[in-house]
Amino acid sequence: MSVLVPTSLDGALQALADHPDATVLAGGTDLMVEFNGGRRRPSDVVVVNRVPELCTWRHDPVVGTLRIGAGVTYAEIERDPIATWVPALAQAARTVGSPQIRHAATRGGNVGTGSPAGDGLPVLAALDAVVELTSAAGVRTVPFAEFMVGPKRTSRAAGELITAITLPVLDGWQGYTKVGVRNAMVIATASVALAVSNADAGVAIALGSVGPTILRCPEAEALAAQHADFTERRLAADVVVECGRLAAAASRPIDDHRSSAEYRRHAVGVLAGRLLRRAFPHE
Amino acid sequence: MSDPGNLVYTLHVNGEARDVRDAWVGESLLYVLRERLGLMGSKGACEQGECGSCSVLVDGNLVCSCLVLAAGAVGQEIVTIEGISPGAPSDVQQAFVDAGAVQCGFCTPGLVMAAHSLLERSPQPSEMEIREELSGNICRCTGYGRIIDAVQRVAVARRGDA
Repeated sequence: MSVLVPTSLDGALQALADHPDATVLAGGTDLMVEFNGGRRRPSDVVVVNRVPELCTWRHDPVVGTLRIGAGVTYAEIERDPIATWVPALAQAARTVGSPQIRHAATRGGNVGTGSPAGDGLPVLAALDAVVELTSAAGVRTVPFAEFMVGPKRTSRAAGELITAITLPVLDGWQGYTKVGVRNAMVIATASVALAVSNADAGVAIALGSVGPTILRCPEAEALAAQHADFTERRLAADVVVECGRLAAAASRPIDDHRSSAEYRRHAVGVLAGRLLRRAFPHE
Repeated sequence: MSDPGNLVYTLHVNGEARDVRDAWVGESLLYVLRERLGLMGSKGACEQGECGSCSVLVDGNLVCSCLVLAAGAVGQEIVTIEGISPGAPSDVQQAFVDAGAVQCGFCTPGLVMAAHSLLERSPQPSEMEIREELSGNICRCTGYGRIIDAVQRVAVARRGDA
């Protein structure tokens, strides 16, 4: 039993190579709940929140991408400059837990936990984010949609470390919204991220907490893109209503202790319509 | 949490090096502070980051100590409620007394830590900002009005001092 606290990326990869079955702990805001509750009994733990290479971001204005290191916290994501580049992600970050949680919780940890209710995840799905995984053997990248394969199940292999997430910096409106039992400190009952790309005349909509993974709704996206006026930011009211219905139809919610499937399906349709109206405020 | 453990490490708490022995790998900082180091100021209630009563500063960042792996905090500067103003109440603590922001007192250490952290980052917060910044600290007695009042009193007093 050991706790390793590497202070370099090489050190972290070596620790994982030596202990491929170790529990990787970043901010601790998910895993410590399981440790405290006795639901997980760690043997070896590799703590990765003191690896400087993971705690940086890089904006590439030429390619139009933002690479966020896995160790960047939600407190940093909710502020400028990241908030300027990916406002939907900043909005999602601001709804995560409390200031205490956001000071600790990391971009990579959220992806690694892979909860369908994770606030950061619908934004990654809507933006077609790419997950970068690094091991002693090298680096590989996986589209987020392929990375998250089920509730709290990902395609991360033993010995691999999530090192970064890369997102496009788009030119259109984007946002995130969720419902829960109250405004603060709440796990989403249903959530939606929406991102507009004016350059591509595209609308992306991703749903959280209403399926085993984050779900996209291609039918609603196509209908909105077909009818939207991207220059004037116009979309007819009846199209917004229909897109909400299609988003609800694309959801695959379950009944659990937080909500009924029926409420989740209804809520996600309302949220999708609400975000469409913000993206296209004119009829 | 009575698992046998074999970890030996040193934490820096309130400016002092504190040795921890025979610890289990999964122990939270909250547990180590209270049960191994005798620092009872940080309170344990939910142990899942919901209530904020265990709030401490780690390298200057306000966090829930129940969600910090103690053995992972080696080399970091930890400040608990005991270290915020040794010997005499801080201005925030005094303002909590003056405003009547304390009833049973269980949430108070966490709220004092959160208020100090807020006023460091934003010396003149709006009421909305205070509410959002203190949203991770649950009080079941006072209803928050007097707590917000206490934070505002400190903001006014500090502005006067400047």
